[in-house]
This record gives sequence, C-alpha cells and structure tokens, in this order.
Amino acid sequence: MTAIETAELALRRSRALMVAALALLAAVYVRALAFTPVEATQGPAQKIFYVHVPSAWVAFLAFGVVGVCSVLYLIFKEPRLDRIAAASAEVGVVFTTGVLLTGPIWAKPIWGAWWTWDARLSSTLFLWFLYFAYLVLRTAVREQGQRARYSAVLGILGALLVPFIHLSVKMFRTLHPQPVVMNPEGPTLPGSMLATLLFSLAVMTLLYTGLVWHRYAQAERDEARADSAADDAR
Amino acid sequence: MAPPARHPVLAVRDLARSFGPVRALRGVDFTLDAGEVLAIFGPNGAGKTTLLRILAGLLRPERGEVLLGGQSAVRSAASQRRRVGLISHATFLYDGLTASENLEFYGRLYGVRDPRARALAALEAVALAERAATFAGTMSRGMLQRLAIARALLHEPDIVLLDEPFTGLDQAAAAALRRQLVRLREERRTVVLVTHNLDEGLELATHTAIQVAGRFVECAPKDGNAADYRRRYAEATAAHG
Amino acid sequence: MGEVLRHALAIAGKDLRLEFRSRTAFLSALVFTALVLAIFQFARDPTAVSAVDLAPGILWITFCFAGLLGLNRAFALERENRALDGLLLSPASRTALYLGKVLANLVFVGLVEAIALPLFAIFFNVPVLGVLGPLVAVIALATIGFVAVGTLMSSISVSTRFAELMLPVLMLPFLMPPITAAVQMTARIFAGRPFSETIGWLKLLVAYDVAFLVVCILVFEHTIEE
Repeated sequence: MTAIETAELALRRSRALMVAALALLAAVYVRALAFTPVEATQGPAQKIFYVHVPSAWVAFLAFGVVGVCSVLYLIFKEPRLDRIAAASAEVGVVFTTGVLLTGPIWAKPIWGAWWTWDARLSSTLFLWFLYFAYLVLRTAVREQGQRARYSAVLGILGALLVPFIHLSVKMFRTLHPQPVVMNPEGPTLPGSMLATLLFSLAVMTLLYTGLVWHRYAQAERDEARADSAADDAR
Repeated sequence: MAPPARHPVLAVRDLARSFGPVRALRGVDFTLDAGEVLAIFGPNGAGKTTLLRILAGLLRPERGEVLLGGQSAVRSAASQRRRVGLISHATFLYDGLTASENLEFYGRLYGVRDPRARALAALEAVALAERAATFAGTMSRGMLQRLAIARALLHEPDIVLLDEPFTGLDQAAAAALRRQLVRLREERRTVVLVTHNLDEGLELATHTAIQVAGRFVECAPKDGNAADYRRRYAEATAAHG
Repeated sequence: MGEVLRHALAIAGKDLRLEFRSRTAFLSALVFTALVLAIFQFARDPTAVSAVDLAPGILWITFCFAGLLGLNRAFALERENRALDGLLLSPASRTALYLGKVLANLVFVGLVEAIALPLFAIFFNVPVLGVLGPLVAVIALATIGFVAVGTLMSSISVSTRFAELMLPVLMLPFLMPPITAAVQMTARIFAGRPFSETIGWLKLLVAYDVAFLVVCILVFEHTIEE
C-alpha cells in the first residue's frame, strides 16, 4: 500500500474509534444523569464532576505524551514522533479548555463564584498556557526540522515544569485555608459514583486515543500527499 | 618496506543530508591532501553550501563520514573544528568590536597562545594593522573580507573552506583574496573553494568538481582550460538540473 | 571542564563588552523599570491597602518585565553577520555557549535589579537595608532560575516570527514557580518572619534552579544546531 493509502486506512479506523468513544461518552452521560445517585449536599450540579475530573486527567496525560515523544524525538529524530506530540498537544488543549469551562459551570451554583483558585483548576490554567505556548511556537516556525526540534525542547521543559506548578500551587494554597466545602473527591466515594467516575475516565482516555490517532493520521496523509506531489513535480 | 599509510588530510565518504523533503546532498565522496585545492562549481541549489557547512562542523550529516587526518570529524566534532577554517559571505564579525577585539575573541575561543599578539600578527598579514582599533561596523566590504580571512586563518587551520568568497568584492579586494589563496596553497594547506566564477576557481585549483543536485557529477585533477570547463559545466547542469 | 568555563567567560565577556559599549539596551531596561515602578504607585488605591502588603508583588513583577527585556538581546546580537555560525565553528562547546550567555544575562539583569531595588525602596518606603542579606539571596536565586530558562527560550524565540512577542509567551508559564516562591519569601522577609517559615519555598526555588539548569544545558544544543 502506498503511504497515502496507509494513512487513509488509519483515518478510517481512528474515525471508527472516535465514534465508538463518543457513543460510550453518551452512555457515560446517561449513566451519570439517570443511574447515579444525586450527591446530597451539591445536588445535580455535582454531576459535571464526571466529565470535569476525567477531562483533567486526560489533559495532563496528553502533555505527558508530548513530553515523552519530545525526549524520544531528540534521540531518534523520527518525524513521526513529532507528529504524535503535535497531535497530542492539539487534543490536549481541547481537553484542557473543557476542564477550564466545566470548572466554572460547576463552581457557580456551588460556591457562588465563577472562578476559584483551587489547586487543580490553577494547575490546569497553567497547563493551558503551556499548551498555548507549544502550539504557538509550532505556528511560528516554518521549517519542519527546526519546528520539531524547538517543539521537542519546549515539550521537555514543559513536562518538567508541571510538577513544579503543582507544588507551587499547593504550597500557596496551604497559606489560604479555603472554606470547608464538600469535596467531591472525599475519602469515601460511594460505589456507584466511583464506578461512574472510572467508566468516564476510561471513555475519556479512549476518546483521547481516538482523537490523537485521527489527528496523527491526518498529518501523515498530508505529509504523504506533499511527498508524492513533490515526486510528481520532479 | 612500504612507508606506513598516511591518512589524507581530508576524506569525505558518501555524505548525505536532507532538510525535510529536500535532499540537499545525496552521497558525495572525495579525498584531498596537503597543498591541494579543490574548486567546486555548481548551480544554485546544488548543495554546495550544505557540503561546506558539514565539512566545517556546522551541520551534522545524516549519512556518511568526514575524516580529518583519519579521524572522524562528525564524532569528535569540537576538537576537530580546530583544524578547519571557513570563509563565507557572512563575516561572523561583531560590528561593535574593533578589528583586534574581534580577532582576540576568536583567538581565545580557539585556544591560541597569547591571543593579542596573534591578533596583531594576523592583522599585519592582511594589511589591516593600522585598523586594529577600528570598529568592524565602520569598515568597507573589502576590509571586512580581509578581516574575515584573518579570523578564519587565525588558528592556522589545516583545512580552509571558502564559500563564494569573491561575491561582492571589487578588483583590489578580489586580487588580494587571490594572492591569499595562492599563499595558502604554498603553505601546503588543503583548500575547498566553492565558486560561481569559473575563471577564478580554475586559476587556483589543483582539482575540480562539478556538483549538481546534491552529487558530484565529476571530480578529478584539473584538466583542460576554461572553455572546456564551461562546456562540461553546461552539459552537466543541462543533464541533471 | 576548565575549557568550558574559559570559553563561557570569553563569550560572556564579549557580550558584556558589546552591551556596555552601546548602553542602549541597559539604559532602556533601567528606565523601563523605573517607569513600571512609578506606574504601580498610581495603579493602586492608597487608602485600601498598605504599600508593604503589595510591595513584594510589585517588586517581582517589575523584575520580570526588566528581565524579559534583557533576555531578548542575548541571541539577537549573534544574528548580525551570522556571528552565531562563527561561534558554532569554533571549538567552544554548546554548553560553553549556553553558560556564557547565561552569565552575561545574569550580569545584565543583576545590574538592573541592583539599581531597581533602591529605587523600589525609595518609591514605596520599604525598609530594605535591614534585611538586605536575605533579600539579595532570594533575588539571586530567583534570577538564576529565570535567566537559565529565559536564555534557552530566547535561543528559540530569536529565530521565530514575532520574536519579541514569542519570548514572553514561552517564558511566562515557567516563571510561575520561581516568582511565587520569591514573592512569598520576600513578603516574609519584609515582615520579619522567622526563617523556618520560608524553608519550603527555599527548597522549591533551589530545586527549580538545579533542575532547569541541568535540563537546559542538556537540551540547548538542539536549539542551535540543525
């Protein structure tokens, strides 16, 4: 099979995976809304937690993938690794934006404020800035090899930064005790809530995988098309 | 008994390098000894600058090897860079430093003994001694070229690479450069000269090569006059261009 | 190792000589810093909050701005006449090049900070002399982290479109930990709190400096070599 055909097969397969994941996501919503008990103190608004928390997990996972691919790229100089990193960053920023949007939607009815500088949300905000820097850098460099190198360097430094941001945010917050609020991640999460959460986590990860694969396959196909156009021109 | 095999000063094997989809070099081989001058002719985009940059250690090849005196220049890059000097159309000089400050700085980087004395000696060799305290930013193109040559030769490299050095030079400066190159040949240095100018190149060369689309179409000791070369060059570029 | 240091010092020396000969960048950074400090005075409600409460934040935001201005020059200066190629041609290792630039930047930013600090003390009537020792230590540590990462980022941003805009975008997420730590420590120093309260932040800052210096040294060659 030619490179273009391989890429288009990957596109079809990943599209199928995405559709399956989206269907499962719908199932998650149904389960969360209809089949999971309503949380006592927060009421129905708490249910957004089943989308919010797994999205955050995936958002950070996606940057982890960027970091690993960045290290591998600098060692092996394989352009595919760069494409995976780029795909993961593009999908990751979407998930991160999702977290930052669902956070306020939950916070407003519960805490009466759109934004709270709680630890997770603050870290996620800086993650968003990191993604933004990564993606903007990629658009600002024209030459492929240079773009891959620069992105890889930023990806590695960014991945190193994330734990420092977590720590800083945590230490900062212990200075400012928050009002006692029902913490959805309390030590005991009733069985069915935990099950819904884990189900959602698995589906989100699946969705992430599908999206990254799809984006990657798109990049491969574009690359294959450009190569064959260059060959034809010769 | 045969004398022990001596490594050639510069040996290049199957050098290849791409930039994304563009294959700038597709396998170049040649060998040069002391006192030999290789003139490389070729159209734009043939990969001549890429070749020189790899020889200078500015670029890493994807395939192939560069051996300086038998030792890999790709693997032990830093120490091998000491043996090479590059003269390009960019001067690599700092406008805000004087001529002697520029040379002293490079002297320090190359680890020469007594950088100040060496800098002054180098300035004398290119007839810029009275300009030692002049800022590079105020010098004319011809003076800058001479200063760039002084910079490139400051650490007495075995191998001197020149990338279109005659570009933009007036008669006097070009003549000075020609004399300099002849002196290099007499000093038994190895020279690789990339040039558009067939006449200049042929006058100085002991060996010639024609590079088209990343490969050497021919590479041999100089043979024939300018007219022959013009013909062969035209044929080569027509066939592969 | 000695050679790396020698080369780094030669490069830093060359940078500083160029910088202080023209003086434009340095003076601009100084004036800009004074301006930022002055504007802060009017950018707050003097009746609502006392100067001492806001002071650490003001000081560090000012240092950030000044630092960002200074960082851009480091590699911009190598673009004329492709001087960077001249450096890469030489036997100087890429680490020596990075360290040389970091050293030059430290001196540049350090000098701006040294002049901004008394200005700050005067404008906001903050008693700085009594706590000068610990304060300078905090400033030094945070500046090292800032400059280590910033030097690396500027080697990337200098060859992108909109280089001056790209550098802050790349840098700012990386400033969060050292600036947070520096402000917290500065606040405690001004308030005369015991050292034990700042140990956590000190550890964070030192860990940040070490981690990023090491990683920046390791990845630097990828930003300048093809």
